[in-house]
Amino acid sequence: MSDTLSATVETKLPKDLAAEKGMVNVQIDGIWHQFPKGTRMIEACRQAEIIVPHYCYHPKLSSPGNCRMCLVQMGMPPRPAPGQEPTRDEAGYESIGWMPRPVIACANTVSENMGIRTSGELVEKCREGVMEFLLINHPLDCPICDQAGECRLQEQSVQHGRGVSRFVEQKVKKPKNVDIGPRIRLDDERCIMCSRCIRFMDEVAGDSVLGFTQRGTHTTLTVHPGKLLDSNYSLNTADICPVGALTSNDFRFQMRVWFLKETPTIDVNCGTGTNITVWTRGNEIHRITPRLNNEVNSAWMPDSHRLNFHYIDGPKRLTEPLTRSARGHVATTWRDALAQISQKIKATDRSALAIIGSARMTNEELFLLRALASEIGSGELALVPRFGDADDLLIAADRNPNSMGAKLVLDLSDPYAALDQIRAGVENGSIRGLLVFGEDLISDAGFSSESLEKLDFMVQTTLLANATADLATWVLPSAAFAEKRGSMVNLSGRLQRLNRAIELPGSARDDWELIRDLILSISGEANEVHMIEDVFKAMAENLTVFKGLTLSKIGHQGVPIAETGYQIPLLNKESARRSAGLIS
Amino acid sequence: MPEIFLNLAIIITKIVFFTFLVVLPLVPLSVYFERRFSAVIQDRVGPNRVGIPLTLLGMKKDFHFFGLVQPIADGLKLFLKEDFTPEHVRKAFYWMAPALTVVPALITVCVVPFGSSVSLFGHTEKLVIADIDIGPLFIFSVASLSVYGITLAGWASNSKFPFIGGVRSTAQMISYEIALGLSIIPVLLYYGDLNLSRIVQQQADHGWLLLPLWKNGTLSLPDLNTALFLIPAAIAFLIFTISIFAETNRMPFDLPECETELVGGYHTEYSSMKFAMFFMGEYAAMVIGSALIVTLFLGGWSIGFGLDAIVAKWEIFGVGIAGLIHLGCFLTKLLIFILFFILVRWTVPRFRYDQLMKLGWVVFFEAALLNVFLAALIIAAPQLTAAIIGIGAVLLVAITLAVIWVAKVSDDTVRPIPA
Amino acid sequence: MAVIKLQRPKLSIGEKLYLGALVKGFFLTLGHAIKTLRGKSIGADTLASSGLGVTMQFPEQRWDDHMPEYYRGAPALVTDEQGRERCVSCQLCEFICPPKAIKITPSEIPAGDRWAKVEKRPLEFDIDMIRCIYCGMCEEVCPEQAIYLRKDYLITGLKRADMVHDKKKLYEIGGMRVGLVNKWNELK
Repeated sequence: MSDTLSATVETKLPKDLAAEKGMVNVQIDGIWHQFPKGTRMIEACRQAEIIVPHYCYHPKLSSPGNCRMCLVQMGMPPRPAPGQEPTRDEAGYESIGWMPRPVIACANTVSENMGIRTSGELVEKCREGVMEFLLINHPLDCPICDQAGECRLQEQSVQHGRGVSRFVEQKVKKPKNVDIGPRIRLDDERCIMCSRCIRFMDEVAGDSVLGFTQRGTHTTLTVHPGKLLDSNYSLNTADICPVGALTSNDFRFQMRVWFLKETPTIDVNCGTGTNITVWTRGNEIHRITPRLNNEVNSAWMPDSHRLNFHYIDGPKRLTEPLTRSARGHVATTWRDALAQISQKIKATDRSALAIIGSARMTNEELFLLRALASEIGSGELALVPRFGDADDLLIAADRNPNSMGAKLVLDLSDPYAALDQIRAGVENGSIRGLLVFGEDLISDAGFSSESLEKLDFMVQTTLLANATADLATWVLPSAAFAEKRGSMVNLSGRLQRLNRAIELPGSARDDWELIRDLILSISGEANEVHMIEDVFKAMAENLTVFKGLTLSKIGHQGVPIAETGYQIPLLNKESARRSAGLIS
Repeated sequence: MPEIFLNLAIIITKIVFFTFLVVLPLVPLSVYFERRFSAVIQDRVGPNRVGIPLTLLGMKKDFHFFGLVQPIADGLKLFLKEDFTPEHVRKAFYWMAPALTVVPALITVCVVPFGSSVSLFGHTEKLVIADIDIGPLFIFSVASLSVYGITLAGWASNSKFPFIGGVRSTAQMISYEIALGLSIIPVLLYYGDLNLSRIVQQQADHGWLLLPLWKNGTLSLPDLNTALFLIPAAIAFLIFTISIFAETNRMPFDLPECETELVGGYHTEYSSMKFAMFFMGEYAAMVIGSALIVTLFLGGWSIGFGLDAIVAKWEIFGVGIAGLIHLGCFLTKLLIFILFFILVRWTVPRFRYDQLMKLGWVVFFEAALLNVFLAALIIAAPQLTAAIIGIGAVLLVAITLAVIWVAKVSDDTVRPIPA
Repeated sequence: MAVIKLQRPKLSIGEKLYLGALVKGFFLTLGHAIKTLRGKSIGADTLASSGLGVTMQFPEQRWDDHMPEYYRGAPALVTDEQGRERCVSCQLCEFICPPKAIKITPSEIPAGDRWAKVEKRPLEFDIDMIRCIYCGMCEEVCPEQAIYLRKDYLITGLKRADMVHDKKKLYEIGGMRVGLVNKWNELK
């Protein structure tokens, strides 16, 4: 025994071993771990797979430590008297002197030889007490409250609360159903004063409109006089609100969260490729929330992108293939439509054909589009550019979600270049047939309806009825972003995956199947591509950037495949805050 | 020439009368009895409502009559139901199968003697459609055709459960036909005749097979030989009756349509009148089976106790009504036996399939075979010397014991699993 | 796994032959039949028999007087003593319903409404009575005591659509119920 002890003493002590790596030793619930210096105690516990209950703490925001829910017991080695050696155990750790009162885990950082207890009588009593205080004025309207089912107060009062209330006095009355912004509703009685929303608006959105007034139990969350919570990032406050104080007007009272199925996928409203979760019940999308991805969108997303899904089951949605006749568009079958289209394509001179794709298509669809172009033998292939104003957070100027993927898959430095040529060809009549995939040429690509009317035929795949589809000879209904699988590359060169959250309506078809069927009906070959995985496999074999990848290897967080030099402004700001020590 | 027409008219009258006015009405009647009797056994009421809706005609009260109109309502309902043919069936066989179960059951009616004879204008006519000399054989050969109906129904439905039901029924009916055929050989040996009318006449004169208490029209105790023959007769009766249960797919042997395992069995995919035909076939088979048992073992149309000879002389307005009285007697016996069928159904639980097969092949087949020899020995005894009788009896006992031993040894008992 | 070996009962030859038990069974069932016909079935009195077996003759005789306190009939919505609807469309009953018979479309109470404080109420509340299994879980789970299983049992209809009870019909069956409910409780 003495041998091993002396051997340990002779070798380096644990604190020195950790210090070499810039780490510190911390004992959490009796087990020693190593963490980088400056890690918050709550983060250290999370890394040790122990969740400390909390309300106000959010890893992407500063820590004011005002909810007191994350109280833990802390201990440090006792300071030795002069000349006295610290006592060490067999492994070389100093003994811990536990403090008689708790500390908050969210605002304190770990230090060498620290001890943390996340359970035990003291901690559990403290949590119970904090829960009781929080619930004193909290209304018992869970059956009405939209947060029920994903409410931290509900969860933690079950885990740490008393179960019964001892409070017999009148609860404090505060404003309910306050209209503080166009997309957010405030219920002050439910607020537990965690200040997450205030900090989010100050630190991330950069639009300080929220604050507390009054004191004590009368503290009230409100907007600054003369201001509104109308930032394009306001709905994130509803996401981070641990209770039902802030709720989304769009989702309010639509559906209880426990009915909803979560599908991780990505946003397609701009080139950033924000990671999102789509919440569905049956075949209906009820809401979209951002999904944590530290390389893309952190934990946030803009309201404009979040709310842009109602068109999917809107009245303009097309569900049947249509063909144009003397009395307007009439429903047809896929078999007839594809046969007629391929016949028409074969009958038309190759040089008089052009394909217009979309940078909203997935890599797989663009890859098949390229195959279609070579099957037809037409060199004219262009995508439609789409640019808007960038904000300095998440919204990129390039509003096409997959323009980077289009460059890689089509192997073109500028996939939009040929569009002007095609437009001119349509106007002067040299182009007789046009295949348009997912774009409204009249409103988005500067085509005139007069020039499109001159065409022999036009095939249009689209989700919604629009001006171009009105002129198309065949209109083929396709899939919305939440209805398809596939991959896209965002502006910073990250390959990300779309997942299917809902089924296609009516007889609408997934775009890649539609293009595949078109290729097969032109070539007359038998089908060998049965799954989207087969398309990705073919893509990985033909294009070096996708080499070694499969759809499942992309995962929910995506993989970087190209260096583009593009930086997402929000991430830059976040790392600035981190280096300033505001967040860990 | 008019002679032929007259005969033809008589035959057609008989066919119409017995098939469509006697046996077919018995089918819904037995369905009604089944429902009422089972209800009464189970402390219920059963169908007691359907009657003649006199209130619709403006009268004060409906005429219920114990719900006897229920079978007609049932039939009407089945007629009006959608006759649905699933897409996946083999149509020709699917349509043929129901007919194949009903028709054989109805054909067998033609050899059953319903009564003695009716004399009209000096013309005596037997109350049987075809008085042929191969009665029981004819019934067996035709009745075994109905297995085709069930098998085809199961196969043509092109669906799992009907198929299993069809296969089960095939195996079951083929197995029990052997026991059925063997078990009546002693009876036929005793009568020395295959004509069912003459068999019944013989019973009317000399006592029923299971009740030989009169001779030549006078009550008397049976002689030793006849009394001894009661043993093989009773065994034959037991085996024959139980085999008839198995043949008609009645409880406790209704495994081809066992609901808990097979949904509806072979008729799962059938609806409307096609289903009704299976239903009718089953009950018609029950009626015919009962008729056969009554005819062979219980004296057929005979009233018994020497009364037949007296009744035979009765006439009303020069018409010999003995036949009609006998017809009534026969139907009463038949009805009692049908009620017995129903009683069995609501008393005995369903067998397991292996038990059913074991009962057929291991017990009944051997027992019926040995019974033939036993009966032969008893019938031949008066002509044999005591020594030969003794040797025969010893041999029979030895063989019986050997058979029992073999059955016991070959019994598939659960052996202990070696450690 | 514990293996319990059960000894099959040793049967005598008479029992193995099965015939005795069979005959006994015939007499038993026959005895039952005779009892029924004489109106002497067991329990006939307590079950208010019509005289044959233990059965009541339905349209003429009704079960209503004999219905126990715990009888579970059709589920229905109730209002409070002031005619306010108690349901806040929390959808817990929809969630718990084993055969998925309940379908609720929630909606917001417009700000001008007298009871706007409650904020939420069902826009549509459908119970498909073809699916309902009368289990009473909706009643048990309801936090507002708004849904109860009443004693109605004659739920009939000529079409499938007739068998879907909508909000109006549910309140019609349910009627009024007295007692303070959480959402009107000022202390909560």
